[in-house]
Amino acid sequence: MRHKKHITAVDIRSFSAGANLFFNIFLALFAISCLVPFIFIIIISLTKETDLTIFGYQFWPKHFSITSYQYLSKFGSQVVRSLGVTIFVTVIGTIMNTMFSATYAYAISRNEFRYRRFFTMFALVSMLFAPGMIPTYLVVTQMLNLRDNVWALILPMAFGVYNVLIMRTFYKTQVPDAIVESARIDGAGDLRIFAQIVVPLAVPGIATISLFTALGYWNDWMNALLYINNDNLVPLQYLLVRIQNNMDALVKSASQSAQLGAAAAQIPTEGTRMAMVVIATLPIALTYPFFQKYFVKGMTIGGVKG
Amino acid sequence: MDEVTTTVAQVHPLARKKKNSFFGHLWENRVFLLLVAPGALFLILFFYIPVLANIVAFKNFSYSDNGFIASLMQSPWNGIDNFKFFFQSSDFWLVVRNTVGYNMTFLLLNFFFAIFFAVIMSQLRNRKLLKVYQTSMLFPYFLSWAILAYFVLAFLSPDKGILNHIITGMGGKAIDWYNDPTWWPLIIIILGVWKGIGYNSILYFATIMGIDPAYYDAAMIDGANKWQQIKHIVLPHILPVATLMLILNIGGIFRSDFGLFYLIPRQSPSLINITQTFDTYIYRALSQTNNIGMATAAGLLQSIVGTILLLIANWIVRKAEPDSALF
Repeated sequence: MRHKKHITAVDIRSFSAGANLFFNIFLALFAISCLVPFIFIIIISLTKETDLTIFGYQFWPKHFSITSYQYLSKFGSQVVRSLGVTIFVTVIGTIMNTMFSATYAYAISRNEFRYRRFFTMFALVSMLFAPGMIPTYLVVTQMLNLRDNVWALILPMAFGVYNVLIMRTFYKTQVPDAIVESARIDGAGDLRIFAQIVVPLAVPGIATISLFTALGYWNDWMNALLYINNDNLVPLQYLLVRIQNNMDALVKSASQSAQLGAAAAQIPTEGTRMAMVVIATLPIALTYPFFQKYFVKGMTIGGVKG
Repeated sequence: MDEVTTTVAQVHPLARKKKNSFFGHLWENRVFLLLVAPGALFLILFFYIPVLANIVAFKNFSYSDNGFIASLMQSPWNGIDNFKFFFQSSDFWLVVRNTVGYNMTFLLLNFFFAIFFAVIMSQLRNRKLLKVYQTSMLFPYFLSWAILAYFVLAFLSPDKGILNHIITGMGGKAIDWYNDPTWWPLIIIILGVWKGIGYNSILYFATIMGIDPAYYDAAMIDGANKWQQIKHIVLPHILPVATLMLILNIGGIFRSDFGLFYLIPRQSPSLINITQTFDTYIYRALSQTNNIGMATAAGLLQSIVGTILLLIANWIVRKAEPDSALF
């Protein structure tokens, strides 16, 4: 009976067969447009360098080659180094942000916390007004002295008010008050209640915010643009920005041959560049379809006010 | 409620003794205070102090060797000179025109396409295919502009790009994409909408899927066709979410996606006029001219206008439809 009802509900919502086909084709084309550029980049990275020079970028090149990837391990030191920086920053940053946001959210979600309203406002105000790029830059470089310091890539994103809101909603809907109260009656302290009872119940929420945060750290190049000059601390995304800038500088100063040599030495070949783009994209492309459920949950929970 | 208070008092015997003093309350809440401490410290360092540091907008700022506070104290006040300088520069109108123009376009197109995509996705018959579409459409949203800049280059590179291959292949004349501003407003808009559509449509999609099927049943009995169902059932249901989005977007009308405007045009001088927005202008003022005071003034203006617009939009919505307001 229930099964039958479910089927009618889907039918009512659905298009007629003709419209269904039309919109399927439409959506399929759009979906392909979202994937094709990346596939194209993979093909370019696997194209023989001479083919790239002669024919440019092609969807189906005459000669395939993996020299770009072999070259990466030689040009390597910088790419490997940058990959290391990115992984370090992503791991440490995600742990910090998730911990700090989850604990903050728990405190302001508990009615028995006397300063709950104050700390809720204290965080929410920051969503109403942006402090601005320059004042933040001055604080990080002048007051905290984090220029050319790996913490300049971590600390500016080590807490997220949006994550706090997601977690607060999560605690309120997924962690029954009765469980917390009964644990308290049994004599458990607030810290123990949080660590042993609340956190296990909130795992889906924690997964959601940590995925968002990890993505943010992995994709960040802005903080590196502002604070990092030292080659050893350049994350992968900013390395891509830098190579692009060097290429552009090369085009602009084509007449000044003295600079040409120095800039050209910094620039890997076409295929190698695209191989680096593939390496920066692949971890996201391979993992996000599995975590998509959590992402979608986070996106829709964040939209709920409360 | 009374029961709760007594249990708390039993667990924290100290709390009873110092019940009414300020420090007693602090002690009673020590665990919660410990839990908020890292976040609160972050907010102080990366929100409240930078907000205060906006006074640089009213100063002729120069660095001092004795640290940040000394720089702030020793830089002389210059009233609203920084703002005047910004208003009087030829960049001001350019930046406002570009930022507001692109944002209005994004606002309208995102609205239209997000709702359009959400509606058609909710009506598809094959759920498995739907999942594939949604997953693909979210892909660009998860990538940075640093990566997407290379994707774009693969298409637009003047000598190697696929677009010029196609154009010359069909007997046309190759376009020097990065030096020809003609197409750039379109390129920027397509990329912005394309990257965000997967994300923007999800919220609407979730709302539509939450609509009680009984509404459709009733509409069918009344003989409503598909379009009438969408118009009279779906659209009214997503109105609150759409309103919320509108408020947020209006608050962001002076903001721009820095990566889109800074990395995608590859800083080509011929494209500056058509891609300069508040954020790129502020960054360039910092990195090229080092005019800290003026750059801060531009940023402060951006923030204040954004906050005021957000509050006004929210106020209007609250008057008309209290449930749809942001706060």
